[in-house]
Amino acid sequence: MFLINCPYCGERDQQEFKAGGEAHIERPKQPTELSDDEWAEYLFMRKNIKGVQFERWNHAHGCRKWFNMARDTSNDEIKAIYKMGEKPPTQ
Amino acid sequence: MRNKYSIFSLFKNALSYHENWQRAWKDPTPKKEYDAVIIGGGGHGLATAYYLAKKHNMQNIAVVEKGWIGGGNTGRNTTIIRSNYLWDASAGLYDHALKIWEGLSQELNYNVMFSQRGVMNLAHNLQDVRDLKRRTHANRLNGIDAVYLNTEEVKKFCPIINTSQDIRYPVLGGTLQRRAGTARHDAVAWGYARGADEMGVDIIQNCEVKGIKRNGDAVDGIETTKGFIKTKKIGVVAAGHSSVVANMAGLKLPLESKPLQALVSEPVKPIIDTVVMSNAVHAYVSQSDKGELVIGAGTDDYISYSQKGSHQIVEGTLNAILELYPIFSRMRMLRQWGGIVDICPDASPILSKTSIKGLYFNCGWGTGGFKATPGSGDLFAHTIANDEPHKLNAAFNLNRFVSGDLVDEHGAAAVAH
Repeated sequence: MFLINCPYCGERDQQEFKAGGEAHIERPKQPTELSDDEWAEYLFMRKNIKGVQFERWNHAHGCRKWFNMARDTSNDEIKAIYKMGEKPPTQ
Repeated sequence: MRNKYSIFSLFKNALSYHENWQRAWKDPTPKKEYDAVIIGGGGHGLATAYYLAKKHNMQNIAVVEKGWIGGGNTGRNTTIIRSNYLWDASAGLYDHALKIWEGLSQELNYNVMFSQRGVMNLAHNLQDVRDLKRRTHANRLNGIDAVYLNTEEVKKFCPIINTSQDIRYPVLGGTLQRRAGTARHDAVAWGYARGADEMGVDIIQNCEVKGIKRNGDAVDGIETTKGFIKTKKIGVVAAGHSSVVANMAGLKLPLESKPLQALVSEPVKPIIDTVVMSNAVHAYVSQSDKGELVIGAGTDDYISYSQKGSHQIVEGTLNAILELYPIFSRMRMLRQWGGIVDICPDASPILSKTSIKGLYFNCGWGTGGFKATPGSGDLFAHTIANDEPHKLNAAFNLNRFVSGDLVDEHGAAAVAH
């Protein structure tokens, strides 16, 4: 349980949010040409990192907007929050 | 030779004030090379080592564990054992385990306190009723005992349940598997460790794997905090940390690791003599032999390795428990904890070879792996020894995520995720 600083609403309790999983998984541009292996990679395979991971969150019980987060999954410490479409922080 | 545990050995050791019991397993330093190494000293990993030694004559093997034996999810789960899964593949897998459970204490000469007190799953809406009836029929076609109970029969089987039709999610019925029940989770790990150790398996605790060395398309050994260990076969049974080990070998798995919480109350006199689970309101409860209520909560929706879950998850579960069992309203909770569970997209496990020769994964058990411990170990040992899956775990391969032949058990997995 932790506080999340929504880029649109400010700091709110984590239970207002819905986690959306790993971020920056690009939707296939040409789905008809994808092989089964590539579909599996896109749909199911996840990095599931222990450490700093980039992920999507949705302020489901607030502004309902999506945003990105860099969070250390080993201790739930939030490193950075950035908007959809922005590049992940390098540090 | 190991001393056998019996009433006579208990009596004999009582005479010397229980100060002369043998060690249950040794504390060896790792050898340079093993025929196979199991990563992860939980129930599944120790069972794998036990059956490799016992049924496949592989005694030159080791189990490496980063913490202590059974200190991870094996010691954190709510100890429920059942096999009432929907699909044929799952029924085969989980009932194979249940059949081994029935003779496990005798086989291991270790009391795992397996108690077939029955598991009841409740229905709270019409869709639950349809789903549970369907599952009951599917179970019976697969030779698994299952009966459907109406509300009165539920009340008769477990009188403390509130079957009033005025509550928010009234009990409309339920299923009962009488062969299902609970076991003592620590004893399972200890029993398998003792059994494996006796056959010559090295159980190496406080030994964390830091890397997997590959030689082309095959594995060559593992880097650990106790040095390099050479081996041609590696069985990874690392539960929530499976992806971390997979990443060391350059593999990605279809897993997400999430916190799952449980809690126990103060001990009270016997009040509930079965296990009652409810998917819809997310509450399940049983009573340990010590008298504590053992309550399982749900998973958080975010990935975390912190072994801590969110407070609202526990609150939601306790709300449901109180509505179903008003008699518990003044119970106090003693302990609450989290474990990290590795969840597959289809809520079924992976017991599989990989694209790397000699590397095998037993993971993805998610929120319900304890029940399968003996069967999982047996089938995984078979997979490692023969480099081919047993027919009971053939469907649980990694390739199903490519072929699309998933085993969707979200309905039968007790914890919604």
